[in-house]
Amino acid sequence: MIGRRFTADQITMVVVWALLLTVPLWIGAVGGYMALATRVVVLGLAAMSINFLLGFTGYMSFGHAAFFGLGAYGAGFTLKLLAASTPLSLLLGMLLGGVLGGLLGLLIVRRRGVYFAMVTIAFGQVFYFIAYRWNTLTGGDDGLRGFARAPLHLGPVTIDILNNATAFYFFVLACFALVTGVMGLLLRSPFGHTLLAIRENEQRARFLGIPIERHVWVSFTLSCFFMSFAGALYALLNNFADPSNLYYVMSGNIVIMAVLGGIRAFWGPLLGAAVFVVLQDYLSSVTTNWMSFVGLLFVLVVLFFPRGLLGFARNRGQREPAAG
Amino acid sequence: MNNNKLSRVLRRRTLLKAGAAAGLLPLVRPFVISARAADTVKIGMIDPITGVYSAPANSEVEGAKYAVAEINKKGGILGRQVELLVEDSANDVGTGVQKARKLIDRDQVNFILADVNSAIAYAVAGVTNEKKILHIVPGGHTDPITGKDCKWNVFRVCNTTAMDANAIADTLISKFGKKWYFLTPDYAYGHTLQEGFVKKLQAAGGTYEGDLLPIGTADFSASLIKAKQFAPNVLLNIMGGADQVNSLKQFVQFGMDKQMAVGGALYELESMRAVPKEALTGWWTMEWWWDQPNVPHVKEWVAELKKATGKTPSARHWFGYVAVHSCALAAAAAKELDAVKMAHALEGLKLPPEVALQPGDIVYRAGDHELMSSIFVGDAHPAPAGGDADNMFTIQTAVPGEKAAGPAEATGCKVVWPA
Amino acid sequence: MTTLILFNVTNGLIIGAFYVLMALGLSLILNLSGVINFAHGGFLTLGGYVAYALSLRIGFWGGLIVAPFIVAALGIVIERTMIRRLYGRDPLYSLLLTFGLAFILEDGTRWYWGPQGLPVTVPAFLAQPLSASLFFITGYRLFMVVVAASVIVALFFFLRHTRLGLRIRAGTLDLDTVSSLGVNVRFLRSFNFGLGIFLAGLSGVLAGGQLGLIPTMGSALLMPSFIAIIVGGVGSLPGTLVGGLLIGVAAGVTTVFWPSASEAVMYVLMAVVLMVRPRGLFGEEGMLT
Repeated sequence: MIGRRFTADQITMVVVWALLLTVPLWIGAVGGYMALATRVVVLGLAAMSINFLLGFTGYMSFGHAAFFGLGAYGAGFTLKLLAASTPLSLLLGMLLGGVLGGLLGLLIVRRRGVYFAMVTIAFGQVFYFIAYRWNTLTGGDDGLRGFARAPLHLGPVTIDILNNATAFYFFVLACFALVTGVMGLLLRSPFGHTLLAIRENEQRARFLGIPIERHVWVSFTLSCFFMSFAGALYALLNNFADPSNLYYVMSGNIVIMAVLGGIRAFWGPLLGAAVFVVLQDYLSSVTTNWMSFVGLLFVLVVLFFPRGLLGFARNRGQREPAAG
Repeated sequence: MNNNKLSRVLRRRTLLKAGAAAGLLPLVRPFVISARAADTVKIGMIDPITGVYSAPANSEVEGAKYAVAEINKKGGILGRQVELLVEDSANDVGTGVQKARKLIDRDQVNFILADVNSAIAYAVAGVTNEKKILHIVPGGHTDPITGKDCKWNVFRVCNTTAMDANAIADTLISKFGKKWYFLTPDYAYGHTLQEGFVKKLQAAGGTYEGDLLPIGTADFSASLIKAKQFAPNVLLNIMGGADQVNSLKQFVQFGMDKQMAVGGALYELESMRAVPKEALTGWWTMEWWWDQPNVPHVKEWVAELKKATGKTPSARHWFGYVAVHSCALAAAAAKELDAVKMAHALEGLKLPPEVALQPGDIVYRAGDHELMSSIFVGDAHPAPAGGDADNMFTIQTAVPGEKAAGPAEATGCKVVWPA
Repeated sequence: MTTLILFNVTNGLIIGAFYVLMALGLSLILNLSGVINFAHGGFLTLGGYVAYALSLRIGFWGGLIVAPFIVAALGIVIERTMIRRLYGRDPLYSLLLTFGLAFILEDGTRWYWGPQGLPVTVPAFLAQPLSASLFFITGYRLFMVVVAASVIVALFFFLRHTRLGLRIRAGTLDLDTVSSLGVNVRFLRSFNFGLGIFLAGLSGVLAGGQLGLIPTMGSALLMPSFIAIIVGGVGSLPGTLVGGLLIGVAAGVTTVFWPSASEAVMYVLMAVVLMVRPRGLFGEEGMLT
């Protein structure tokens, strides 16, 4: 079974990367633009980050946008206050969200199911609230501004990712490759297999002597690191960080991207992000009621398409395990 | 179930799913802008059409659409028809920035108008500056846009907080007194507005206390209780939008309007329509008002807008209208669509009376790119029976913008032109 | 200073009563069906708007009484057509469903009634303060408390002393056993959901009179409900009651000393509770784990 899933995954991977690498060639022809593609990649990474916890460990966090936002602010603070270094901003942004996520994880790791979700929602809102109200530091409702991504100085070569949208896209793609590579390795490792075991049947895993809480905490923390890295990239994309990055609506959007693409598939969330971002971009240009359509998308996906676009029928006909 | 069958099933399902995904592609294709005439002049407008600011945003868009129709009837900009592309920023900075890039990169707009939400206006200004596109801010109020973060390609129609505070402060002092209590929204706009008022108050030897309140505060009783104990002459209500509406309602419900006056800066028509008539009280500034009986062109314009939109136009309609006309005027003065030339042309440009729709010289100041429009100081009241339902404000004085704004150097703006 | 604090505590209780009304509806649905109803705010908003629309024909009181039933009916329809399918599944899906519904409700409200905020006129005799010294207790606020309190008392009475209420409480603890005892669980869930939405709609009507109507009003009022439930203890209705009152009072008292922190206080309270007593003040270990 597992062997087969990876084969299908490999096919998907090849197709995905073929498309991603050739974006500048075809994006204009379908009526898109570079910034849209970059946004898809960044949010795809965010969706894959939450899926690390959701699809592969079986834990539902609905406040993960907090770490997305923390990563964004971290990158912004670095560029604004410390140094005009893009790599440093990514690192520190990732650390800010990841470390705080780890600390929060210690508090909540004993919760399960709906309660776990509620607590993540609530804490997500706490971070949103702080970003919103601590305006001397974060700029509050006005957002954190006055910074911009710095060109990359690689020895003799300087890559202008600030003004060249295509260059920036490939930079983001490289970062994406790096992080998803790490994710993939982790999921293939014994640690990753243990996470799957926890997802499938937590009680049985516990009987096997697996320390559940510790594994969940590590998974949670890792997903926070990945998520804040995505958030840092987002700040670089916009040259801006603002509280709505942490709002629970953002959390919901990221989760639906993962579900839409398929939470059991490694590349599912990326596809989900692509569909969601493109659809939202398109719909909001043609109708002011795009919110209803997005809401409808949520409803339809949940009712009729819960396995998502790349959902593989792992156990055909068997329903998802019940809550609790 | 043996493995072969399962693997076939899996592959078939994969194929089906891939087919479904491919089937989504036709949805993607309509992106391709088929019938966009290459020879139109395009203005991109980004506003939060959904979200808390949707009422003023919609008004701005309506005003802009009307202006575009008007300009096209007269031959367009530089002989070409004008197309207005409206995008929803959804009150989210990331979306606003993305739409800006979409309009500039994909749709090749010549001008950008953005945004009611000043954070988004600010962020979009970063993009337009990078891409060298002329950017008019119709109604985003944060001061640094024409202050310390001003840019050569950005111009603004609506007021700064300094303009509003300076325009009305003296009236409040002379009419009511020098002891004030502030209800201030706790973000940059609120802080700077309060500072503006406090400066004038302290120069007159007044005293004050106040509360900094979170945006979205639903219940103001705690602050109002404190205000009542402090017993000021005027309650300075500088909250915005829904918060202003709620605080005024509660102020009146508590009967506090019998003990003290209330006033502040902006009290927009969209907000006034949302309060019960008892809460229509106090002294405020309007950035533009429809009822100017002796000023030429205003009555006709108001009638036309009312016909087109079904409601009396507000300052927001006027912002959208002026913003679009500013683009046309800049292009006409520069005789081409180059952003740098148009920006130079817009500096010091005086709006013709049928666009300014108010007395006096309404000019884009060169020093900070701020439009020196008049600030209408007056009092709010329920509409007199039998008259226009939107007659909820009476202008008592029109303060010239230049006088209220203070010197351009004081704003901290230094316009830096590209090499 | 003492008068100020007393004023604010009273005021806090008034606000708290309102929070309780909202949070109880959310809690009912959460406890029995395990569904986090993100659309609760949307139903609240709809309740306010429907009452407004009705009041134009049948007056303020007519709107107040009828609107919550209409909204509850809509809630039951949604429960039967959509949410019911998701009970056997991971709670993720019902959460996403209600999330999507929240979007549709907000946008639908804006589309139908416009983005402009609408003024709500309450009957004149309610718009007066009680007295000069108790000026901040307006008739309407008192009215809100009275309505909220009566409904809450009625709710607890219903749950404690009627068979249906007993079944709901039992179902919260162990739905399987209740089902095997021959109770129609489907009906129970639908009814319970409708009851929760009824409370949301009623909150919306009351909020409309106080705050006016705007399509986005629901989402702003949703978070305090969550916090009330977490503080009071997930799975416990008395807990939700105490939680709501507690955050109302805490916010009120904080405004005296540090107004800009009045909103923060409920988050701090929640964080403290989660650290010191994770199951909430009245929660029981194992309730929804």
